[in-house]
Amino acid sequence: MTGSVAIAKVKIEHVGVTFDRDGKSTHVLNDITLEVAEGEFLCVLGPSGCGKSTLLNTVAGFLSPSVGQITIGGEVVTGPDPRRIFVFQERGVFPWLTVEGNIAFGLFRLSREERGRRIAYYTKLVGLEGFEKAYPQELSGGMKQRLEVARALAVKPDMLLLDEPFGALDSITRLTMRRELLRIWESEKKTIIFVTHDIEEAVQLADRVVVMSARPARIQQIVNIDIAHPRDISSPRYLELRDSIFEQIGIAHKI
Amino acid sequence: MTGQSQPAKWEMFFWPALVAAIGLVIWNFAVHVTKSTVFPAPSAVMKGMQELGAKGILLRDILDSLRRVAIGYGLAVLIGVPAGLALGWYPVAANVVNPVIQMVRPISPLAWIPLAIVWYGVGDASATFLIFVGAFFPIIVASMNGARNVPSILRRAGKNFGLADAGILSKVVFPAALPSIITGLRISLGIAWLVVVAAEMVAVDSGLGYLIIDSRNSGKRYDLVVAAMVLIGLIGLVLDLGFRRLEKLKSVRWGFSE
Repeated sequence: MTGSVAIAKVKIEHVGVTFDRDGKSTHVLNDITLEVAEGEFLCVLGPSGCGKSTLLNTVAGFLSPSVGQITIGGEVVTGPDPRRIFVFQERGVFPWLTVEGNIAFGLFRLSREERGRRIAYYTKLVGLEGFEKAYPQELSGGMKQRLEVARALAVKPDMLLLDEPFGALDSITRLTMRRELLRIWESEKKTIIFVTHDIEEAVQLADRVVVMSARPARIQQIVNIDIAHPRDISSPRYLELRDSIFEQIGIAHKI
Repeated sequence: MTGQSQPAKWEMFFWPALVAAIGLVIWNFAVHVTKSTVFPAPSAVMKGMQELGAKGILLRDILDSLRRVAIGYGLAVLIGVPAGLALGWYPVAANVVNPVIQMVRPISPLAWIPLAIVWYGVGDASATFLIFVGAFFPIIVASMNGARNVPSILRRAGKNFGLADAGILSKVVFPAALPSIITGLRISLGIAWLVVVAAEMVAVDSGLGYLIIDSRNSGKRYDLVVAAMVLIGLIGLVLDLGFRRLEKLKSVRWGFSE
C-alpha cells in the first residue's frame, strides 16, 4: 500500500511544538506536514532526542501543538482517546494487575461476557495463554511488551502509536517481536505509527519511513519501502533502501 | 549457614529459639548475680503475668489499649490516606500544606499531652487524640508521596483508555501508591503503639500503660512492670508481622524490593 492511493487517516498540518521551561523556550518540532493512510504502517525514524516522541505524543493528544493542527478521521485531536492507543516501552503495564487485569483495564464499559471473550482472544493473539493470572514482575521484558500490545488491541482502537516499543529488549527478542507485530498488524488491520531510532527496524517493518532531522525536527525525507512481507533482509532492494537511509542520516556504513 | 545461602527450614526456627533461650538464661543469671531488688528474673515476670491473667485485669488492659489504638489509628487512616492522595494529586495544594505538615511532624505526639488534656479532659478521648496525632503525619506524608511519585506513563495510559479524573485516581493513582501507603501505615501503627502506652500513663486509668505506672505506684511491683513491658513488645511484634504479610500480597509486592 502506498500513501498516495489510500485515504488519509491522519493529517498533520504545519505542526510545530515549542516547550517553555525555566524561562527558556526549546523549539522541538518545526513545520511538520504529513499524512498517514488508513491501515498504513508508518515508521518515524530519527536520532535520539530529535523530537519524534514529541510528534507521537502530539498525535496521541497528550501534548497540544504550539502551531498547526492534527486531524484524525476528520476530527481535530484535542486529547487522548481510546480509539488510538499509545504503547510505551514495557514500563506502561500496570504492575498491580495480572495479565488478565491489564488486558481488561480499558474494557470497563463492556459486559462481563464480552470482556471475558476479549481477554481470551488477545491473550492468545500475543501468546500469553497460561499466564493469565501472572503479574508483570513474573514476566520477561518481551512478555510485558506483548501484554502492553494486547491491552492496547483489546479496546479495538483504529490506531496504535508505538514509542520505541522494543528499545529495551535484547536483540533476539526484538526480532521476534517485530515478526509478531507484523503478524498482528496484518490480521487486525490497524493504522500504526511506530517511532524508532533503529534504521534496520524501520526498513523491516514500515510501508513508509519518515526520516527526521536533528532538533528542531523537520521531515528530511520520506522513503517508500516497496518490498512485500515477509521481507528478505539480505535482498538487494532491502540493502539498497537501508543504505540510502544510512546516507540520508549521514552515518558511514563502516564501523 | 554460610553467607547468602538459603537457610534450611529447621534453621528458621532453631536459631531464633536458641538465641531466645540463651537470652533468658543470661537475664536470669544477671538478676541472681547482681541480687537486683528492682529488676525481676524471668520466672518472676512469668508469675506476675499469671497473677494478672488470673484476676482478669490483663485481658481487660490489653483490650483497652488495643481499642484506643484501633480508634485513634483508624481515624488517622480514614483521614490521612484520602487527604494524602488528594495532596499528591493537586501539587498546588501540596505546596501550601506540605510546609505545615513538615513543621508539625517532628513534634513528639507526647508534647500534645497538656493540650489534649485541656481539650478532651482525662479519659479515652485524650488518649485517642494523642494516638491520632502520632499516626496521622506518617500516613498523610506516605500517601502524598505515593500519589506524587506515580510514573506519568501510568497516568497517561489511564487517560488513554478513557478514564476521567475520578477513575484515574481510583484505578491508577491509588493502586500505584499502595506500596508507599502500606509502608506509611506500618510505620504509623508502630508509632501508635508507642504513643498509647505513654498516653495511658497520664490520661486514663486502664490499659497496658496504666498497668505499668499503677504497678509501680501501688507497691513497687516491678515484676508486673516488666510483665507489661514484655506484653507490649509481643503485641507490637504481632501487629508488625500482620503488616509484613500485607506487603507480600501480589498486587503490592512489586513495590517492595525483594
